Amino acid sequence: MSDIKIKITDREGVVHEVDAPTDMNMNLMEVVRSYELAPEGTIGICGGMAMCASCQCYVNSDHKLPDLSDDEDAMLAEAFNVKDNSRLGCQIHMTEDLDGLEVELAPES
Amino acid sequence: MIETDILIIGAGPTGLFAVFEAGLLQLKCHLIDALGQPGGQCSEIYPKKPIYDIPGFPEILAGELVDNLMEQIKAFEPGFTLGERAETIKKLEDGTFIVTTNKGTRHHAPVVAIAGGLGSFEPRKPLLEDLQKYEDNGVAYLIRDPEVYRDKKVVISGGGDSALDWSIYLADIASQVTLVHRRNEFRGALDSVEKVRSLKEQGKIDLITPAEVIGLQGEKVLESLVIAKSNGHENIVLKADAYIPLFGLSPKLGPIADWGLEIEKNAIKVNNALDYQTNIPGIYAIGDVNTYPGKLKLILCGFHEATLMCQSAYQRIHPDKKYVMKYTTVGGVQGFDGTKKEAPKAVVKAIE
Repeated sequence: MSDIKIKITDREGVVHEVDAPTDMNMNLMEVVRSYELAPEGTIGICGGMAMCASCQCYVNSDHKLPDLSDDEDAMLAEAFNVKDNSRLGCQIHMTEDLDGLEVELAPES
Repeated sequence: MIETDILIIGAGPTGLFAVFEAGLLQLKCHLIDALGQPGGQCSEIYPKKPIYDIPGFPEILAGELVDNLMEQIKAFEPGFTLGERAETIKKLEDGTFIVTTNKGTRHHAPVVAIAGGLGSFEPRKPLLEDLQKYEDNGVAYLIRDPEVYRDKKVVISGGGDSALDWSIYLADIASQVTLVHRRNEFRGALDSVEKVRSLKEQGKIDLITPAEVIGLQGEKVLESLVIAKSNGHENIVLKADAYIPLFGLSPKLGPIADWGLEIEKNAIKVNNALDYQTNIPGIYAIGDVNTYPGKLKLILCGFHEATLMCQSAYQRIHPDKKYVMKYTTVGGVQGFDGTKKEAPKAVVKAIE
């Protein structure tokens, strides 16, 4: 397994191209935290249980992503700034077919 | 004025366990928490989620862990100031502290332990124009006194337990209750969902789904709401005396950030080589709220930090007393309520 490249636009609009490992059982929220692209305490508050929406992001590339789970769907139904391409970063696991993924972090709320 | 030995800010697992360790040293504790119940995140966000890394518990629900901790500390009779946020701190000339909450409750202690997790939970506010203008003029995020809504037209937004539970509760008090949610599905407890369904059928709750409140209207106070239905219908203008958006809570470090403590990455820097004391002697920070090289935000780490903090607090409160740590297997647990737990005495008997 190898690293994949991901383009992440932070909340200030700065684009970061980062390497994400696919063999560490990591999700997108954890990748963002490991590169410190959002201040600690403003992302991943619930730890990745799809229970807070602090890791909401917009997916701007047309990668095939896993379907929304009921938990994620319900959480997004109560989040703010939600768009059609909104997902919770903690529910997107890093796999090789996500190479080239482009996402933008939703505003903090 | 509430007097105690260790004033703990935050009643999550770390704060609760600190009561136990302090109790073994005969120190009394009082806890302040912005939430209405103890347990912090474990109670508020994920009470039904299993945790697998509590030593000695292969699996335990977060809510059960809180219940167990409450049971474990019961004999040490901790005091609680719940539903209030610690706002200001003042160091007196004798080195002790006075902490005042947002509701003006004052607490006096020689030691303050901040176990505030990610901060105090604040309501998440919807992004609506003029929202602030209507706050306390019809818009509220917390229901303190349900009687305020007697014979009023109330609109509630949200799809979780609090939106469902308050809709049910207010159905008997308000003249009209309307629940607006962006989906047809609700993620609350099943029996709450069922209850709302039956109240809807009885005409006691109006349900507008899938829909969203997009505007607030009214000269000085709230008079009506603009509601958009998501499937292309025209907007609805609904007369309302009160709007209660219930979109959950999110933690904010809040006023603690202004207490003169050294903050790094939204956490309080502490001396992890010794006792988890902050840059202000007498103020400690334990659990998820602190940071130091190699910090891990784990409940089990919070327990360890609480234990060392209490030893240091003891020496600060009783500088002249000699003390050695005692095992609970040896010393037992002597409660402030007169109870005593100890190992049963072994029976010594000859076998003939």
